[in-house]
Amino acid sequence: MGKEKVISANELTKKFGDFTAVDKISFEVEKGEIFGFLGANGAGKTTAMRMLCGLSLPTSGLATVAGYDVYKQNELIKKSIGYMSQKFSLYEDLTVRENIRFYAGIYGLSDKQIKEKTALLAKQLSLEGEEKTLVKSLPLGWKQKLAFSIAIVHDPAIVFLDEPTGGVDPITRREFWSLIYEASERGITIFVTTHYMDEAEYCNRVSIMVDGRIDALDSPANLMKNFSANSMDEVFLQLARKAVRSE
Amino acid sequence: MDAQSLNTHKAKKSLFGGGSKQFFIFVKKEWLHIWRDRRTLFILIWMPIVQIILYGFALTNEVKNSQIAVFDQSNDQATSNIIHEIDASRYFEIIKYLHSYKDIGATFRQGKIRLAIVFPSNFRNDLLHTNSAQVQLIADASDPNTANTLTNYATAIINDYQQSLNQNKVLPYTIKTQLRMLYNPELKSAYNFVPGVMALVLMLVCAMMTSIAIVREKELGTMEVILVSPLKPFRIIIAKTIPYLAVSMLNIACILLLSVYVLKVPINGSLFLLIAESTLFTITALSIGILISNGAKTQQAAMFTSLLSLFLPTLLFSGFLFPIENMPLPLQIISNIVPSKWYYIIVESIMIKGLGFAAIWKETLILVVMTFVLLGLSIKNFKIRLA
Repeated sequence: MGKEKVISANELTKKFGDFTAVDKISFEVEKGEIFGFLGANGAGKTTAMRMLCGLSLPTSGLATVAGYDVYKQNELIKKSIGYMSQKFSLYEDLTVRENIRFYAGIYGLSDKQIKEKTALLAKQLSLEGEEKTLVKSLPLGWKQKLAFSIAIVHDPAIVFLDEPTGGVDPITRREFWSLIYEASERGITIFVTTHYMDEAEYCNRVSIMVDGRIDALDSPANLMKNFSANSMDEVFLQLARKAVRSE
Repeated sequence: MDAQSLNTHKAKKSLFGGGSKQFFIFVKKEWLHIWRDRRTLFILIWMPIVQIILYGFALTNEVKNSQIAVFDQSNDQATSNIIHEIDASRYFEIIKYLHSYKDIGATFRQGKIRLAIVFPSNFRNDLLHTNSAQVQLIADASDPNTANTLTNYATAIINDYQQSLNQNKVLPYTIKTQLRMLYNPELKSAYNFVPGVMALVLMLVCAMMTSIAIVREKELGTMEVILVSPLKPFRIIIAKTIPYLAVSMLNIACILLLSVYVLKVPINGSLFLLIAESTLFTITALSIGILISNGAKTQQAAMFTSLLSLFLPTLLFSGFLFPIENMPLPLQIISNIVPSKWYYIIVESIMIKGLGFAAIWKETLILVVMTFVLLGLSIKNFKIRLA
């Protein structure tokens, strides 16, 4: 495809004492790609993601995120990425507008930009008139969509989503994924971990981690072909069965 | 993206070495949390006021208007003078004149009196003719401290009377003790409680509330998101503590106003010094709060750790309820690591004794060192990176 590489990892490793949480993983993610990062609990997904977000220093190996080195330039990395955790990461005792203002503000957007963004988000999420509502009184699906929109409010190069759709009904999940597609069309790279295999099929490419290694990396269609499976579920099970370590 | 570069450019010029706008946005958000949680805010503001009033009026060591009974078998000039003096003092209120020994026990058993004064018959005669008369004080010693205080007061009044009788005579040998109660001539216990309550309130508000506020973000998962943002962890911590610093300052103002205008405890020393030292202690308390939040996983854990490690030691070891000098040596040594103890000494010295910085520089230095150590530890432990 020859597109710009936004994330590249080369033999990236993280050890905690004797335990190798992430074992020499290598991969590249292109601009605008939706990259699925799969693995059973304890496979090392979160640790890998934390290294890429600049929250944790690798033990060895190389990685760049948005063109910046994870060892030396994590301040610059932090400016270029967005992050949404499985816990939604919104302040429930603040209003919709206050949440937007806070997160946009800490990424250094100007007051004018924040105002525009607030109006835009309210329109996109059909939250007009709800700007002064406390987040805690919004339905779960809305909270989640708002959390995603806020994670990309500063137009980052990459957004990291850590199991963003946990505990949400299928319709909301579908709506959520349409937001992800929109962001990807705007050129934002999506790096997403998930437990739902139907969601894995929405991704452009998928990597599957087993015991700290990446055991498979390809488009969902190719993976199903190579593993002669009918669904991503089967691919995942075939690989996950090989796992030696558990949580 | 050009907006971002413009912003970093602007930030470079700012006072705080970059990102001061982000910093204030954070402080504002933190303030909103406090403001939205009205119940907690209400408690934060009212707790010190209630405590001052409680400690100042209800929990007092002073013995005022204790109800007593008199059994006067002599009924002469001398006894009636003494009884008059006793009744006139603000410590005693005679509620009953008894007529037999039996009545004494009965009245005590009713729980009405704490002290009975018994004059034998011929009190004045004995006094004038044999130069020696006796008076019996019977106290309810189920509360030994009060019994002691009451008998001391009564003895003092009787001694006064005795001196007035001897005024014009030259006694062969007399030693007169002259008492002067420095700093607190009226022996008001509020003098003791105000500094104590200040230490207690600052500890609770700053340390407990900050630790809970930080742990709340961990529980919510917002801490992770903030750590991924360009905000520096050190700034995050400072921004989270600033609103509590403001609330603490408000509390100090309330406590001082109440103590001066309601409890009539003066501020003898420099108000500026007092506020400066209080700010120092507030920062000490805040760093303890941050340290607690590092270890605690849930808000409840943070709360209980704060209560156990701050509230009780402050109550026990600051010296405002229990004199440290009376404690066993190991406890006296332990009391030295309680920051409240030093703050208590400082406040007492400034407010009550009216001393200047020269008298408290050692205590101040101890607090400064403690603060640096605690702040260093808590920032080092604040987990920026998992590794």
